[in-house]
Amino acid sequence: MSKAIEVHNISKLYRLGAIGTGSLVHDLNRWWKTMRGQEDPYQLVGQVNDRSQKATSPYVWALKDISFSVNEGEVIGIIGKNGAGKSTLLKILSRITSPSQGEIRIKGRIASLLEVGTGFHPELSGRENIFLNGAILGMRKKEIKAKLDEIIDFSGVERYIDTPVKRYSSGMYVRLAFGVAAHLDPEILVIDEVLAVGDAEFQKKCIGKMQDVSRSEGRTVLFVSHNMAAVKSLCTQSIVLKNGMVDFEKGDTELAIQHYIRAEISASKILLRNRKDRSGRGRIQFTAVEYLNGAGEIVPSLISGEKAEIRAYYQNPEQFESINNKIEVSITHPEGIILIQFNNFLKNFSLKLNHKEGYVSVHIDRLPISGGQYFINLLVFSNDLLEDWVIHAGSLLVEEGDYYGYGVSSTGIKAEHTWEEN
Amino acid sequence: MAENADSTQGWNLKIQPTSSFFELRLKELWAYRDLLFLFVRRDFISTYKQTLLGPLWFFIQPLLSSITFTFVFGKIAGIPTDGIPQILFYLTGLTCWNYFSECLTRTSSTFTTNSSIFGKVYFPRMVVPVSNVISNLFRFIIQFSLMLVFLGYYMFTGANVHPGPLILLTPVFLILMAGLGLGTGILVSSFTTKYRDFTFLLSFGVQLLMYTTPVIYPLSAMKNSSYKWLIDLNPMTPVIEGFRLAYLGAGEFTINDLLYSTISMFVLLIVGLLIFNKVEKTFMDTV
Repeated sequence: MSKAIEVHNISKLYRLGAIGTGSLVHDLNRWWKTMRGQEDPYQLVGQVNDRSQKATSPYVWALKDISFSVNEGEVIGIIGKNGAGKSTLLKILSRITSPSQGEIRIKGRIASLLEVGTGFHPELSGRENIFLNGAILGMRKKEIKAKLDEIIDFSGVERYIDTPVKRYSSGMYVRLAFGVAAHLDPEILVIDEVLAVGDAEFQKKCIGKMQDVSRSEGRTVLFVSHNMAAVKSLCTQSIVLKNGMVDFEKGDTELAIQHYIRAEISASKILLRNRKDRSGRGRIQFTAVEYLNGAGEIVPSLISGEKAEIRAYYQNPEQFESINNKIEVSITHPEGIILIQFNNFLKNFSLKLNHKEGYVSVHIDRLPISGGQYFINLLVFSNDLLEDWVIHAGSLLVEEGDYYGYGVSSTGIKAEHTWEEN
Repeated sequence: MAENADSTQGWNLKIQPTSSFFELRLKELWAYRDLLFLFVRRDFISTYKQTLLGPLWFFIQPLLSSITFTFVFGKIAGIPTDGIPQILFYLTGLTCWNYFSECLTRTSSTFTTNSSIFGKVYFPRMVVPVSNVISNLFRFIIQFSLMLVFLGYYMFTGANVHPGPLILLTPVFLILMAGLGLGTGILVSSFTTKYRDFTFLLSFGVQLLMYTTPVIYPLSAMKNSSYKWLIDLNPMTPVIEGFRLAYLGAGEFTINDLLYSTISMFVLLIVGLLIFNKVEKTFMDTV
């Protein structure tokens, strides 16, 4: 198979803080040094981009020595948490900014989708915006003309195609924008998380369209996302970025995702252990929270209606013993309302907590909360004395699932119930 | 970012930190001509939709300016107008000046006003300033026809105006106005991405520049001025003087002046393009 993209030691240096004061001096200094054939003085002081540490140099490598290659027809996922360098890599590939070092070679026409509807003008009609947006994305007028009917059909806004888009509902707007994007015809497509738009049904349609594009038409696709499910369904191979460097070389998507999740979890473990915003005597302290699915696998998010386990790790360095231990795990809404309290007293279960390091688990048969972002609070008493209390010890992402079994989603707390009519 | 640089191995695009400095990339601009005209169309539609008077505004603005000039510079300051009816004299100068200054100011904010699009997708950034110059042409045509109406009126009433064969040079004058505005504009825009101070300097600079251009006075009135060299240095001077000579029959204009303006335009455009092309690669980091 021949290569479509070759990325060679790409690095990108950014200057932190305000551009302005001093930047003219730096520019002149840099210009003077490079004019005399010396190395850029500021590239030497650049630091690895680790956001959990305070910067000591005003220059940071957002990307450092990234290398990989993509074969024709491959669909590659690029995974990494915020700040890993995904967006910077994307910007360089899309030629929005250029790298500080290195080289990328590309074979074929490349188009990038970092956003849908770029350049849409509210005063223009849907039809006019299709042409404008298409041309911005690099299509020629006659290509757009040839696909116009298909685009209008895909977006389902036929009735309003000659109405200014400022009168569109946000859903129509997004559908039209995605319609144009989905009909781009380059050999290489670079896509940011644009899939995270529109309603669930439309999202499905978009993923379907992308699968068609990559599978049947043999298009090379680079897909950057947080959405592991989308990456899983689209990409056969993935790369994990971390702190601006390649953390997991191009390989099987399943393995890449596992690697990514493991790294994420170990990161959150360290965080809880070192948290200072806690109260209590501290003889027993929480060190980490983990979420597990029904199969006992560590997962980044739980699904409502399915089996779930919340595991709270603790440490008891002195191994002091008490028979009267109480642990409370509660799930709170971001606005602060407690949704559910799990407490070993509620189920008359006694805890020893006498290991140096150990964990307690709460097993939930069918998770009764709806999709959303929540927090976990942890509390431990021994002999009625507060040992450790951490608010927002961890964040919990719940994906909406099929709680009631009829494929209809609901909001709020879920509870099994029956109906009756007289 | 040289296209077709390494076609032997099939690579048709290279993304590198720096490209050779001397690269105008006009071919790439041509490839995006559809986008260019769609931008012009967008500007046109968005300007006229939902304004009550529509293009009429473009009549009112130069007319009011000309009337103000007539009072302030003509009546109060008593600056001569080469024997041309004052309002026609100012209108002619303003028509040319407005086109130049519109091209200049709109082009100079290219990067800052379009950063949301530029941050999301790549296309040759020069498409935007070039489309500005074309969109502004509509405005010029409107003001130009207003000027012709006044010219017709004064010719009919037998005033001292004599359009000459130089009228044939109108397209040349037009290209010079556009080219000088565009060239200066892209130069300024390249600097404003990093050093915003230039934005503040610009509006003041444009105003100052107008006073060193024979808009409110004829070149002939400046013969003995100690600032004559400054006016002569301004490449817009021959354009406006030539334009007046062509349409009104009064002005100082030689073929050497025309040559000077043309050379200045090419120098500005080429230097501007080179710097612009360099800036467009990294401006997203600094804007």
